[in-house]
Amino acid sequence: MKSSVPDGLRELLAQAAGDGHAPWRTLLRPGDWLLLLAAGVFVAASYPLLWRGGTADRAIIKRDGEVVTELALSVARKYELTGAIGTTVIEVQPGRARVLSDPGPRQYCVQQGWLTRANAVAICAPNHVTLQLAGRSGQNGAYDTLNY
Amino acid sequence: MGRMTPSTIELPVTDDDYRIARYAAAAIALTVAEAALPSPLPGIKPGLANIIVLVVLARYGWRDAAWVSLLRVVAGSLVIGQFLAPGFFLALAGALCSLAVLALAQHLPPRFFGPVSASVLAAFAHIGGQLLLARVWLVPHDGVFYLLPLFATAALVFGAINGLVAARLLDAPVAAPVAVKDGS
Repeated sequence: MKSSVPDGLRELLAQAAGDGHAPWRTLLRPGDWLLLLAAGVFVAASYPLLWRGGTADRAIIKRDGEVVTELALSVARKYELTGAIGTTVIEVQPGRARVLSDPGPRQYCVQQGWLTRANAVAICAPNHVTLQLAGRSGQNGAYDTLNY
Repeated sequence: MGRMTPSTIELPVTDDDYRIARYAAAAIALTVAEAALPSPLPGIKPGLANIIVLVVLARYGWRDAAWVSLLRVVAGSLVIGQFLAPGFFLALAGALCSLAVLALAQHLPPRFFGPVSASVLAAFAHIGGQLLLARVWLVPHDGVFYLLPLFATAALVFGAINGLVAARLLDAPVAAPVAVKDGS
């Protein structure tokens, strides 16, 4: 045995080291440039996916654990909901939502302020109302917590 | 090498078999060499063995390329101890998707599309197959797709580089055929 390199690989290496090659750019044909450009655009467009994963696109409002309504976080609006002890007002603006007012004595859910992340939740326990944001993949809602 | 005892079973070995075995050996060698490289993310690799697949595809057609690619996945995983491990199935899914795309890509007009196009398309098919299998089987959650930009970047960069190397190898004057010595 002359060497442990397989014949096919040695042949290819010998060719790669050979002289008389055309410059690299001549190895690309017109369609190759076009395809590389298209692929580059696709890759660039895919980057927002990586960072937008945690953003919310709708607010889910529940009373007594049951979904009352789902509001898209694209249009500003207010939503009034009558719960166990009074009326809770929820305000939606593009990309965020909050509990504007609530009859609960300690106002925890109001003081939480604007919710912006998917799966963020404001709970107005005395009035039995919850406001939760959901992202594009609704499956995350199946878990309260995840740990590894 | 010592002389082997005559086998009682004669399996006829054709020139095709020798050629495929030689290229598959080259691809396996590259797989093993690549396994030693550290990777920032599991699944992101240069995929140097695909250079061999591209060269075989251009020179001898899809059937030979499929043989080399699949032999590379099976034998390469045996050598690095990954046979039937999750990584083996991911590599297999990627290789099968790549071959399916290459079967279509080889019909692109050769005047406009060269090995670089084939390489980039195959690289994207590779990550596509791997991500789909990972989503269905390993990580049953859409979270795997958040990694798509990283995998797509790797596919674009390594696909282009591998394609250029394959184009350069194919551009070179064909070397004198290597004599097959089978010891007989």
